[in-house]
Order: sequence, then structure tokens, then C-alpha cells
Amino acid sequence: MSTATLEKPAAATARDTILSLNNIEVIYDHVVLVLKGVSLTVPRQGIVAILGANGAGKTTTLKAISNLLKAERGEVTKGSIVFDGERVDKLSPNELVRRGCIQVMEGRHCFGHLSIEENLLTGAFTRRDGNAAIKRDLEKIYTLFPRLKQRRTSQAGYTSGGEQQMCAIGRAMMSNPKMILLDEPSMGLAPQIVEEIFEIVRQLNADEGVSFLVAEQNTNMALRYATYGYIMETGRVVMDGDAKMLRENEDVKEFYLGVAEGDKKSFREVKSYKRRKRWLS
Amino acid sequence: MSDIATRPAPNLLASPLVKFGLLLAAIVVALAAGIWLDSSNTLYAIFVDPFRQMAQAPDLLVQTIWEGLVSGVLYALIALGFVLIFKASGVFNFAQGIMVVFAALTLVGLYEKGVPAFLAVIITLGVMFALAVAIERVVLRPLVNQPDIILFMATFGITYFLIGFGEALFGGNPKQMIADQLYLPKGAIDLQILGGLVSLQKIDIAAAVIASLMIAALAAFFQYTRIGRALRAVADSHKAALSVGISLNQIWVIVWFTAGIVALITGIMWGARSDVSFALEIVALKALPVLILGGFTSIPGAIVGGLIIGIGEKLGEFYWGPLVGGGIESWLAYFIALGFLLFRPQGLFGDKIIERI
Repeated sequence: MSTATLEKPAAATARDTILSLNNIEVIYDHVVLVLKGVSLTVPRQGIVAILGANGAGKTTTLKAISNLLKAERGEVTKGSIVFDGERVDKLSPNELVRRGCIQVMEGRHCFGHLSIEENLLTGAFTRRDGNAAIKRDLEKIYTLFPRLKQRRTSQAGYTSGGEQQMCAIGRAMMSNPKMILLDEPSMGLAPQIVEEIFEIVRQLNADEGVSFLVAEQNTNMALRYATYGYIMETGRVVMDGDAKMLRENEDVKEFYLGVAEGDKKSFREVKSYKRRKRWLS
Repeated sequence: MSDIATRPAPNLLASPLVKFGLLLAAIVVALAAGIWLDSSNTLYAIFVDPFRQMAQAPDLLVQTIWEGLVSGVLYALIALGFVLIFKASGVFNFAQGIMVVFAALTLVGLYEKGVPAFLAVIITLGVMFALAVAIERVVLRPLVNQPDIILFMATFGITYFLIGFGEALFGGNPKQMIADQLYLPKGAIDLQILGGLVSLQKIDIAAAVIASLMIAALAAFFQYTRIGRALRAVADSHKAALSVGISLNQIWVIVWFTAGIVALITGIMWGARSDVSFALEIVALKALPVLILGGFTSIPGAIVGGLIIGIGEKLGEFYWGPLVGGGIESWLAYFIALGFLLFRPQGLFGDKIIERI
């Protein structure tokens, strides 16, 4: 396959698509094939969810986009990634953040020994628009997350999980992004806090026009806030559709939402979603 | 309340303070008994006599402590270079000692070639910057994500490269530091205190002042600037730093350059007290016990550790050295470090690892 054919559809829809992955393949350590041809698109100012169980490849997909894979000896070996009309698969995370695509990693990863405010300020590392603008954005983050303002001087390592997640999202917002890759925001948090976090995601999406690609195991919560969803299994996208459609799909209900109608189904009766063909270009 | 009876009695020994107090009391009692029973006077010579000497000649004590303080400041400076690099890249930089020698040699060598002293300082800074860039490009970047031990071995490589390179350029002979040309003070101040004469070398005073200024400047840089914040962020978590768009390559150059500046200042100060030669590298190894004492990740730790080792070994040499025929200055520091490794491996100020899930 030639790159020309791959870039064509992306260029045609560049105006309303902020991110598109075309059939990417990721190999760790030169031997472990983790993503076996994943394609997805995120519309501008959309919230898209990647769903799936442990080990399905959600995190790897996000890291392939933000190019944090290299730090873990992973590599995109096939396919292309287009962000905002530009091929980005060879860019470093630093260059990608400058172009407005930033990842909030699974497990928050705040700087434990820095205060909350210092954490937020590190998010502005790549910005060149001066201290006044950064100060203004810091205040904006504090109005979005009043809890962070209360704890601005405490060491991030000693704050609660919810506060750390807010700190991580706030830190990402400080880079003035067009798009945030949000990995497992609900991990280890109380349901109430998860709801609060997702509300903030929706608010950022509506008010600031930030696009979100969210990887989640909490299918129920993610499908309530996302507009579109992709379901992954063992390195492939096996199903995708509008959030509403996915919520009402019998198999999704059975396996991801945990609500079954009628008798318990056995695995064998469920149709298999091997749809790799469609994504091969 | 009924549960009081069922509650287990508080275990007094669990408190480290109580344990330490009991231990101390036991030692004192044992010593008192020992000295009373002591026939050959060994215990007296170890535990009583040195303190009697100190009390009898306080001016000598002050002089010894001052000497220790000065060498302590210089140890602290070398340790500071180690800490900077260890924090930002997780690499124990074995080459820090040779970087001190190399910086000093370059400075003196340039001066001998006819470059004015202050211009030579500036050019040397440029050389240290070029060195930082070269190390990042040639050594660190290809080895990124390799185990720490491999990077550690790579710094051995840097060490031997710098030794060879330095000797090829400037020759292996000891050189005189250009202290006068840099307007470093000479001579001594004699103070009349405690019924005796204490003589303070002016160069030592200058070293202490300059070291303190530099440490203060570094602390401010780390605390209040954008780059400083990024440096601390990198030290905290490489991955998270990458994810917010901090470029590790850029940070590493900055850190190695900062360590190079520290090395140059250390080289000037140490060179002015003795001379500039490759033997300085051995002295730089003293930074190891300093780091074990102070903790590998702490700048205040490097300073306090340096002072404790410096003063400790001078006092040990002067008051306890004669008991074993002298010369304990060269190993006492390692001995103290061994004690620390046994009881407090993270050092006095080492990072407590914050763990919560």
C-alpha cells in the first residue's frame, strides 16, 4: 500500500476530523505484536471512547498517537497517524504537545514531589506566549477545579486520587491543547469522583472546544459522555458506532455493561466481531 | 470503655526514640564501667582523652574545625555535581571527578597559551557546554531506556576518555592554578581567640563564600524558574515529564552543563589550595561517602554531608589519629558511610518515596 492512498481520505476530511489513525500496527521490543491494524477517527470537538478489557490495546493506541511508545521500546511499524492535517507518527512527544495533542497517562502520573501549582505550571512548559497568558490560564484551571485551588501548595504525592486526576487533566489543559488523550480516568476512583471528572471533560469539550479520545474500562460511564465509541479486543477494533447504538447493542450490554436480557448467553452463541478486513486499505 | 482491657499494651520498644535512648544509656553505662575497670588505659585514650585535649586547647579545636569546614565545602561542591545529574537522569556520574580536573586543566591550559584569565574562564565554560552537548548526543541519547548500570558504565568510558583527552591536550604534569589572575585573595587572617592564635587562609574564606553563593543561586534556579521546575519534574518522573512535552534531551544538556559549571568552580577553588593535577580525581571519590551520608537525591544533603565528612575526618585525624599511628583521614569517611549504609541507607535527606495508590 502506498502512503498516497492513505493520506487522501484524511486530507479530504481534514476540516472536521482532528485525528485519524489508519491501520496502525505496533510492535514492542521488535517481537511482540500488540496492535494488529487499528483505524479510528476523532471528529473535531468530539468525545470518542475506546472501550475494551485489560490488554485489548487501548493504552497502546493512545501511546502510539502521543508517541510515548518509544520510551517503552514500542514502535509503530505500519499505517499512519494524522493529527490536524499533518502526519505525526515520527514526531516526538514534545513536538506533538506543541501542536496541541497531549496525553494524560493512565494512573495520573503527577509529579509527586512538586506542589499542585508547580505541577500545573509544568504543563505550560512548551508554551511561548508569555507569563501573563499562563497566569490567566492557571486561574481558569482553578475556577474549573476549585479543589485544586485549595490544595495548590500541597505536594501532589499526598493528595487524593481524585485530586491527582484533576491535577493531571489541569496540567494537560495548561499546554493549551486542541486534543487530550485521556487514559483510564476512572481508575481507582470512587464513582462520584468519576462522574465529576467526566462532567469536567464534557465542560472542557463544550466551553474550550477541546477534543477528547478517552480509553476506558468503565463502559457505562464512557458511553454516557462520548458521542462515538470503538470497542477493542486483542489489538483490533471489533465494533464501532454511535454511543447510543453501542449502549443498546445486545452483545455490548452482555459483555461490557453487565446487563443481560433473558437467559444467560454462552460465549459460543455470540457472533464474532472479526472485522479487520474493513480496515485494511 | 470495655475495649481498653482487650487493647494490647503499647510496645515501648517500637518507638525509635525509646530504642535509641535505651541504646545510648546502655553504651554510657558500659563505658563508665569499662573505664573504671580499664587497666591499660585504652578506653580512656579513646573516649576521654581526646575530649580533654579539646577542652584544654580550644583554639586548636577551632582551627581543626575550620580546616574541616573548608574541605567539607569542597566535598559538598563535588557531591553537588553528582546530585544534579543523578536527580535529572538517574545516572550516577562517575566522571564528575574528572570533569573537575578537566575544567581546571582547560582553564590553566588556555591561560598558559596566552589567553587573558577572564576570557579563559568564559572559553572554559563554552568547552563545558560543548562537552555537555557531546555527552548527550554521543552517550545518553543512544543509551536511553537502557538499565541504569549501563549508563553508569558509560560514565566510566567518559572518565577514561577525558583523562586521555586532557593529557593529550595539556600534558600530565601538575599545574599552578591562576589564582592571582582571577583576583582570588592570598595570605591568611590571624584571629586571637580563646587564648590562642587561629589562622584562616583567605582563599578558604573565599571558597566558602563562593560555594555558598553558588548553592544559593542553584537553589533559586531550581525553585523559581521554568527550566528549574522542569528539571525537578524530570527528576520526579521521566515518563510524566515526557507526556507534558518536556524534552529530555534539552534537560540533559542543561543538567550536564550545570554540573560542568559546578565542576569548573570546584576545580578553581581546589586547584588554588593545592595544584591542578589528575590526583584531584581521587579526592573527588570522597564525594561518594558524602552522598551516602546526605542522600543521592538531595542538594541540602550534599551540603550537610560534605560538611560532616570534612569536619569529621579532620577531627578524627587530629584527635584520634595518633592512637592508630595517623593517616585515618583517608579512610574515615568511608567508614562513616558504611555505618550509614547499615542503618539509614537513604541517607540523611534522601527522598522519601511517596507511595499511594
